[in-house]
Amino acid sequence: MNVFLIIAIFLVFSAFAYRKGTQKALATAGRDGVAVLHSRPGYYGTYLALWCGLPAVLVLGLWMVLEPLIVQQVVIGSLPDDVRALGGDDFNLILTTIQILARGGPQPSNVQPYMVDAAARINDLAAIGRWAMFAVMLSVAIFGFAYAQRLIAPSLRARNRVEQVIKYLLIICSCVAIFTTIGIVLSVLFESLHFFSMVPPQDFFFHTVWDPGFPREDADNAANDFGLVPLLWGTIFISFIAMMVAGPIGLLAAVYLSEYARGQVRAVAKPLLEILAGIPTVVYGFFALVTVGPALRDFGLTVGLDIQASSALTAGLVMGIMIIPFVSSLSDDIISQVPRSLRDGSYGLGATRSETIKKVVFPAALPGIVGGLLLAVSRAFGETMIVVMAVGAAANLTANPFESVTTVTVMIVKQLTGDTEFGSPQTLVAFALGLTLFVITLCLNIIALYVVRKYREQYE
Amino acid sequence: MTMNLAKEEQGDMPEPQPAGGVAKMTARDVRVFYGAKEALHGVDCDIMENEVLALIGPSGCGKSTFLRCLNRMNDTIDVARVEGTITLDGRDIYHRSLDVVQLRARVGMVFQKPNPFPKSIYDNIAYGPRIHGLVGHKDELDGIVQSSLERAGLWEEVKDRLAEPGTGLSGGQQQRLCIARCVAVSPEVILMDEPCSALDPIATAHIEELIDELRENYTIVIVTHNMQQAARVSQKTAFFHLGDLVEHNNTEQIFTNPRDDRTQGYITGRYG
Ligand SMILES: Nc1ncnc2c1ncn2[C@@H]1O[C@H](COP(=O)(O)OP(=O)(O)OP(=O)(O)O)[C@@H](O)[C@H]1O
Ligand SMILES: [Mg+2]
Repeated sequence: MNVFLIIAIFLVFSAFAYRKGTQKALATAGRDGVAVLHSRPGYYGTYLALWCGLPAVLVLGLWMVLEPLIVQQVVIGSLPDDVRALGGDDFNLILTTIQILARGGPQPSNVQPYMVDAAARINDLAAIGRWAMFAVMLSVAIFGFAYAQRLIAPSLRARNRVEQVIKYLLIICSCVAIFTTIGIVLSVLFESLHFFSMVPPQDFFFHTVWDPGFPREDADNAANDFGLVPLLWGTIFISFIAMMVAGPIGLLAAVYLSEYARGQVRAVAKPLLEILAGIPTVVYGFFALVTVGPALRDFGLTVGLDIQASSALTAGLVMGIMIIPFVSSLSDDIISQVPRSLRDGSYGLGATRSETIKKVVFPAALPGIVGGLLLAVSRAFGETMIVVMAVGAAANLTANPFESVTTVTVMIVKQLTGDTEFGSPQTLVAFALGLTLFVITLCLNIIALYVVRKYREQYE
Repeated sequence: MTMNLAKEEQGDMPEPQPAGGVAKMTARDVRVFYGAKEALHGVDCDIMENEVLALIGPSGCGKSTFLRCLNRMNDTIDVARVEGTITLDGRDIYHRSLDVVQLRARVGMVFQKPNPFPKSIYDNIAYGPRIHGLVGHKDELDGIVQSSLERAGLWEEVKDRLAEPGTGLSGGQQQRLCIARCVAVSPEVILMDEPCSALDPIATAHIEELIDELRENYTIVIVTHNMQQAARVSQKTAFFHLGDLVEHNNTEQIFTNPRDDRTQGYITGRYG
């Protein structure tokens, strides 16, 4: 039985409960009319529907989590003794094979008869489990319905009860976001620790050569170079070029928009800029690859400079263009927040428009603008697609913007998408890189938020 | 409007009130439009040198609008359009050849809500002199800062904390800071739009005294909703109603023996 079908059935059931609850409330009110009810009839309906649906959904959730675990235990119990005696990776491999068989995917190699049996058993158990789950859900729902229906009376504070439930739903939703983040961070952290148990941290953080090589059974992994420095340098270098482009242009565009542009221009230009911010970065990457890179190389040829088509400059330029809307729209908001009375004060003393901007508006908005720029930097740090397409993955340690470098994010992608074994340092290094990047952007964001908040306090 | 060219020379304007001093500013048939809506319907008014003119009238009658015409602050409002003639020392301030920036240095403005810049007290005062290049030395600037603060009656209170932010002062001190900031540019006319509306009675009394002292050197136009204040600080009073200048006369005359029924009604509190 399909899970979606089950959910649909219970939705219909809840809708039915809603109607019933509403009717029951009206019926108990009787002649006196709706006025004697504590809440509007709809709230009684919702109350009943929640009693009907929520416990069933809870059962569904728990079941989905627990069932595979139980089934696995049962199947393991039924495996031949000599197989169970196996430990570690071999045993896991067998379990995986059985699961693949059960799912009916492409036939794995090395299939033993007992595996086929176990797979069949899994499928049997799962089918029984579904029906059992449906039965439990149904009885819970019917019980909830019967229980709550008896409670419906004019004095029941259905409105407040529903409000409570809504509050808990909202709390659960925010918890989901928070806990997934924590989960991700923890898993990255543990994999990084795993990595650092194979490669000493000082080699990772201070080596200046990045050459992870390929995992080999026989070779000594520590002989490979996992130096973070060239990657971090590349990230900072490209982000720096990007900010050199996006910072001034974005800021000046924001000043124009908020101080000079007439209403109509602003009404068109501001949404336009915000749409630009929504262009997928892969499109910018494309633009870097086919247009900007070759153009820069040709330009280099005419002026006698040796510019590679895939240079740090290309990536930085295009990334800067990508960030311009981000910077300008953030700074525009902040500049517009500077109260009009300050501008009037300055004009009233005979200052010109640009003097007012330079001496009053800008200093007042500066902390906020710095915060916005820091947020933009953390965006540049995390950008991957443009770098992949514009410069590729050559980890050079160079300060020459005409040569190619690469960034932390690109290397994460490269190390994880290879055909390498998961437990090797070549793969695990991606987690260490991710953790480093996470910590850096986290710090940047905290600083940025702190600065922005500090600035907000000035006018409130 | 057709006389714009002739008005280039001083003293070409007809002297409207020969008795009792010189007209510092004159307004003739001033109309202001916000988009299509006319907010002032042809105002004629003379502002005498070294006198305080009080603008009174019910809310929305156009007092602030008129005040803003006098130093062209209406230019900063996109939808606003001004017609008619306004002169300062006989020169049309809306004339093409006139530099708005210099006009605003000569006709300073203090706003209803104190609006010190988020800078130090010193820099707040020094702002005007600096942008106009009025000073060469730091000493000179120090002098201007001190004398402006003294004129605004604030020096004793802040002389030890000039480096602290102006936004950290109390409301009344902030307003006096704004007056000092305005005085520092040595304007000839000072426009004040309800300068005391955010202040307590003591700070108000302080500023009223200040206005009386400033009158010796400056011409002052003040918008106020407080009849007693108008009576106390001004020599002339102008009563606005629904975009018209209804009555403009000596303050004593207006408050003791108004000519127009509407003025009578307003000052006795029948409406407004
Ligand atoms: N920026 C503006 N845009 C459109 N209309 C405006 C603007 N400023 C003022 N007005 C209109 O012009 C008229 C006069 O306004 P003004 O601010 O001069 O009144 P006021 O006499 O100063 O009132 P108050 O005593 O409340 O300050 C009002 O009807 C107002 O709605
Ligand atoms: Mg006003």
